[in-house]
Amino acid sequence: MSIIMLIARTEFRRMFSSPLAWSLLALLQFILAWVFLLGLSEYLTRIQPQVATLENAPGISDLVVSSLYLWAGLLMLAIMPVLTMRLLAEERMNQTLVLLKTAPVSVTQIVLGKYLGLLFLVLVMVLMLTLMPLSLMLGTSLDWGKLAAAVLGLFLLLASFAAAGLFLSSLTRQPIIAAISTFGLLIFLMVLYVSGNSQGAGSELFIYLSHFGHFLSFLEGVFDSSDLIYYLLFIVGFLLLTIRKLDNDRLRG
Amino acid sequence: MDNNILIEATALSRFYGGLLVVDSFDLTLKKGEVLGLLGPNGAGKSTTMQMLAGNLAPGTGEIQINGIDLLDEPRRAKCHIGYLPEQPPVYRDLTVNEYLLYCAGLHGMSRGHAEEAVGRAKQRCNLMEVDRRLIGNLSKGFQQRVGIAQAILHQPDVIILDEPTVGLDPIQIREIRALIRELGEEHGVILSTHILPEVQAVCDRVQILNRGRTVFAGNLSEIDSLEKTFFKLIYQDDPALAEQEGVE
Repeated sequence: MSIIMLIARTEFRRMFSSPLAWSLLALLQFILAWVFLLGLSEYLTRIQPQVATLENAPGISDLVVSSLYLWAGLLMLAIMPVLTMRLLAEERMNQTLVLLKTAPVSVTQIVLGKYLGLLFLVLVMVLMLTLMPLSLMLGTSLDWGKLAAAVLGLFLLLASFAAAGLFLSSLTRQPIIAAISTFGLLIFLMVLYVSGNSQGAGSELFIYLSHFGHFLSFLEGVFDSSDLIYYLLFIVGFLLLTIRKLDNDRLRG
Repeated sequence: MDNNILIEATALSRFYGGLLVVDSFDLTLKKGEVLGLLGPNGAGKSTTMQMLAGNLAPGTGEIQINGIDLLDEPRRAKCHIGYLPEQPPVYRDLTVNEYLLYCAGLHGMSRGHAEEAVGRAKQRCNLMEVDRRLIGNLSKGFQQRVGIAQAILHQPDVIILDEPTVGLDPIQIREIRALIRELGEEHGVILSTHILPEVQAVCDRVQILNRGRTVFAGNLSEIDSLEKTFFKLIYQDDPALAEQEGVE
């Protein structure tokens, strides 16, 4: 356990010792703050007067907050591949992976350590994002259940991105290939969702397979344990594949 | 089993695709010995070293490190190995201190032990004055020394160095050779190189590889000229090359 934490800590620190993590966090925060302000002003000037008289009107948590988290999920489709490509593909290219593989640590510890290190960064991102809806507390009251579901949903979605990216990063020694294939896979899963919803050719199976469908129900404030299980299976599956692949490397070279 | 034997490798073979790179290779290393692996480029030196360090699994054969089977109990066996690959496995975005402390942690050392071990390794490899600098900003020679420091950090019984003096200036080469000799007194060292004088300067025993096979193994004191022996053996293997070079 302590070895896993050691690898995770070092991985996390190395992301911050280069400009990578800083610039990604800054970029994300800037764009999402813009989206948030836009949504907020839209709500105040246009929507609020219209729905004010309705009973059970959708509140600020429904309209502003959930769209903010959806945007964050979409942006991370493009950003996560850049983060995961470093984990194994870049280490392979720089021939530093040897250090871990000849140290007395198991492949499982290496994979879990690297994955956890990235999850720490994801956690920082989600927390920084959550400061925005929390700032609304200055003027109004929030639907805490909905906000919690959105936070958990986004975290699980990003954790699933990270697991898929980690696996694709283990397949190659070219970071760019790892990034492109991760991006491709993540977009493909989104396209599955779109095609599952299309007229005529729609299929429940496609919607189930896509990670986005499960994320959207979290955004609606629905906490369904089957969604949680989907993400856990997705993550565990890809982590196991990564462990197998790294273990196989010793044999195939 | 004799306690002095640190590595016992028997009948190692390794294929890359259909190509046989290492062919039934045997090796023993005793405590207090520096063994040189010598051979032309592409002879299979690095592959052999990687197998001994546990980075590659051999196709066939068996490796015992200190009496522990490397393939059955890799984590226990790897505790006794220090390995410097051809390219030092250093993280360019960490400082020397951070990096060495991380390596110490990977070997399961507690914080106090780790600091002590890092201090010792820095002293031995003359890294004291650069220990707060980023590894990426150091010269190749210093990076190589950081790599060596990483390999000897946990005081392993077996130290495996793949071309340790590549990219160093003549003064550094002399220092590193002295260091290897010193290490060879209390540990066992395997060193690969294609520089003949280097073997003569530091090794007790030499094993010459060509095309994946051992063509010579013996004590350095038993042969009168390493250079003659080396070229004779290589040319024997490859008559065409011998003709080209004008040797019979």
